[in-house]
Amino acid sequence: MTQRLFPILIFATTMALIPFIPGMPPFWIVLLDNIGLAALVAMGLVLLTGVGGLTSFGQAAFCGFGAYTTAVLTTAYGVSPWLTLPLSLVVSGVAAVLLGLVTVRLSGHYLPLGTIAWGIALFYLFSKLEVLGRNDGISAIPPLSIGTFKMLDPGTIYYAIWIAVIVCALLTMNLLDSRTGRAIRALRRGHIAAEAFGVQTARAKLLVFIYAAVLAGLSGWLYAHFQRAANPTPFGPQAGIEYLFIAVVGGAGYVWGGVLGAGIVVILKEILQSYLPMVFGGQGQLEIIVFGILLVTLLHLAPGGVWPWLMARLPFKARRPHPDRSLKLAARERPAAPQDMLLRVDNARKQFGGVVAVNNVSFEVKAREIVALIGPNGAGKSTTFNLITGVLGATSGHISVLGKSVDKAPPQEVVKLGIARTFQHVKLVPDMTVLENVAIGAHLRGHAGAISSMFRLDRADEAKLLAEAARQIERVGLGDQIDQLAGSLSLGQQRIVEIARALCVDPMLLLLDEPAAGLRHMEKQRLAALLRQLRDGGMSVLLVEHDMGFVMDLADRIVVLDFGTKIAEGTPSAIKSNPDVIKAYLGAAA
Amino acid sequence: MNTTILLFLLQDGITNGAIYALLGLALVLVFAVTRVILIPQGEFITFGALTYATLSAGQFPGTVRLAVAMGIVAFGFDLFAGRKALHARLVVRALAVNILFPLALLAATLLVAGRHNSIPVNIALSLLIVAAIGLFLYRIAFQPIAHTSVLVLLIASVGCHLALQGFGLVFFGAEGQRGPTVSDAAVTLGQLRFTGQSLAVYGITIALIAALWLFFGFTVTGKALRATAVNRLGARLVGIRTSLSGQIAFLLASVIGAISGILIVPITTLYYDTGFMIGLKGFVAAIIGGLVSYPLTAVAALVVGSVEAFSSFYASNFKEVIVFTLILPVLVLRSLAAPAVEEEKD
Repeated sequence: MTQRLFPILIFATTMALIPFIPGMPPFWIVLLDNIGLAALVAMGLVLLTGVGGLTSFGQAAFCGFGAYTTAVLTTAYGVSPWLTLPLSLVVSGVAAVLLGLVTVRLSGHYLPLGTIAWGIALFYLFSKLEVLGRNDGISAIPPLSIGTFKMLDPGTIYYAIWIAVIVCALLTMNLLDSRTGRAIRALRRGHIAAEAFGVQTARAKLLVFIYAAVLAGLSGWLYAHFQRAANPTPFGPQAGIEYLFIAVVGGAGYVWGGVLGAGIVVILKEILQSYLPMVFGGQGQLEIIVFGILLVTLLHLAPGGVWPWLMARLPFKARRPHPDRSLKLAARERPAAPQDMLLRVDNARKQFGGVVAVNNVSFEVKAREIVALIGPNGAGKSTTFNLITGVLGATSGHISVLGKSVDKAPPQEVVKLGIARTFQHVKLVPDMTVLENVAIGAHLRGHAGAISSMFRLDRADEAKLLAEAARQIERVGLGDQIDQLAGSLSLGQQRIVEIARALCVDPMLLLLDEPAAGLRHMEKQRLAALLRQLRDGGMSVLLVEHDMGFVMDLADRIVVLDFGTKIAEGTPSAIKSNPDVIKAYLGAAA
Repeated sequence: MNTTILLFLLQDGITNGAIYALLGLALVLVFAVTRVILIPQGEFITFGALTYATLSAGQFPGTVRLAVAMGIVAFGFDLFAGRKALHARLVVRALAVNILFPLALLAATLLVAGRHNSIPVNIALSLLIVAAIGLFLYRIAFQPIAHTSVLVLLIASVGCHLALQGFGLVFFGAEGQRGPTVSDAAVTLGQLRFTGQSLAVYGITIALIAALWLFFGFTVTGKALRATAVNRLGARLVGIRTSLSGQIAFLLASVIGAISGILIVPITTLYYDTGFMIGLKGFVAAIIGGLVSYPLTAVAALVVGSVEAFSSFYASNFKEVIVFTLILPVLVLRSLAAPAVEEEKD
């Protein structure tokens, strides 16, 4: 607790004392005000772009919503500025919902381009609407005031701005360090893994989009009362581009990177604007040229931004608290009578255009059973997994879990029934620790939402999730790696991390896609022992594997696929001598 | 609305749309090959147009000096990148492309500037100057970070846009300029009068689209560019120099941008920062085309041009709002048809 808050406390005290430094030029305070305003927007972008992977050029437009809301209400209707604060935030948030519904589902590069487009459209709307004063904007906005004390000069609103920055930074960091935060951080690596553990990715994306917009709206509201005027220019596409710069320069993945980036960019622009004309004479927009060139140079030198570069050079490293492993999560409710049939795949078929990837395959997995799905490459094993877990919809046929049909169920519903999986191509978040990655597996077993996380009301819930994750990590034998970044582990270990993540679901059926690939002999034996132990504890396992020694040793039953069709099913000894299987693997005897 | 206005607006829209189509094609081309979203496309337009206008006015364009300066930097980059194995051939090639080529342009410009030249000479010189800038821009700003994420490339692209726009102000001043028309001929067809300029716009657009189609469909270089677009690593493994592909893409994009600029500068007054907006409308078309499809982009560009023409007639205040909002229904459609299986990111 103290370790987390101590640096922030020092920062807050420093910022509070700055205006009292004797001889502090008032102009510097104005600069600090501007830095704070930009930092608020950049912080939203950190969450949206750096953490969530959604690039937006349109944040300046949300500042505009915030600023114009208060400008119109305070000047035309005489509403108190403090009353317009919630309204400004709500207007920005509602605008974000509308635009977000359209944009956030877009993948990759459509999103930034889409945001440029509506950013420009909104800018022109601001500058053409009569009620917003067209290009001239709205002036004579009343200042913020407490009682009779009016925040008229930059030195007093300074405190309002920086209190907002520090509070928002704290809330944002709290949010990232929580169940919802992990879901957000998983977004950047694609949605399939997150959805397999119950994360509603579309909702998480919309959440960060709204969060970033509300922060921008707050910045716009403060801006309107700081400048006491609002016109379209600071809410246009150039400003939107600049906010994104700030986030990237500071370090797009880090909350404090946004603040640092705001400081760097605002000060740099000021220096360039005031000193360049002296050096080169007053022609043209030299500062823009130098600014552009510096930016490209910076990206060449530190594509990750300045904050992580600085942190890597700190002499001391932050210690991570260890989860209290004694806390228990409620176990899944299992059917009282041991049900025999866990999973039934009945004539499942999947066609991609003319290619039949899975051709009317039927098989079953019973309780307390290890079933192996084998077959040559391209036999349709992973596609079968995707059909069972709801990643793909079957062209025809039925799949049911405990007698319940999952034909139309999305991945988030399938995992609720107690089916957890791993992936053939490892899908972990490389810049999260092993513990955090595994805790995503327990996503559905926690209940804290975004708001309670921001205010740290989620700690009891969170401690249980982390305890469960830590237990599962120790169970699979990676206790020593618990605080390492997932991306730094070997591929074999990453597969084991995926198994731990799947175990966090407290599943009844574990689907493992090539779990032994990349493991050494001893590690494979340990994995086999673990899987047997899980089966004896009442879990079933369906695994795809190419290591025949591993499969024959472990599986109770084997299903063989070839070119999407089931060619055999039986005990390991029966499969070993099955002529069709030998033919599929080795070709027909000459 | 009477038919005359309708036809007139349609004609106006198609002329604008043809320009947007060219820009959209260039954007698709660059994005497909390099993953760079080419924000500085707007500067290629203004540089081409204003270099041409300046030359026609008998003055010396500053862009050629920029080309020489960028060439020197690019030469430094080439030497630094190849420092482990400096073959004579590499040095000679770098020297020829980065130093001699822009110097030749400078010499040619000094030779013709201040005199009354024929239009083709001015056009050719303007195109070559902008081509050099485009080529060096890729070498300096993008080639060293070609492997990074689309976001980093995008930000770098914005940085280039800012720097080049600043240079534009230095070279051309804040005053708008117009250039001489390519042809003064005019054809009257019924109620419609086609100027030689608008006919040139149609003709050159169609010719360029055909040329691009031939280039990508039937030449080894074109196929190499397409291969790079599909899979960078795979292309390198079969011996395609992906950095060269990027340079070619930028070269083509800058020439296309400059051509567009030269085509419109006789029709509308261009300022040093006008290109940005024109380029963005090309974007709208490119996004509608999904950043992959050339024909769809061309059709979308015509739609964008027509919508712009009609909205400037009926709701001129909200022209830009309408044009840029056009993208939203397209985005909705695309998000409804989102792909089932995700692409691997980063």
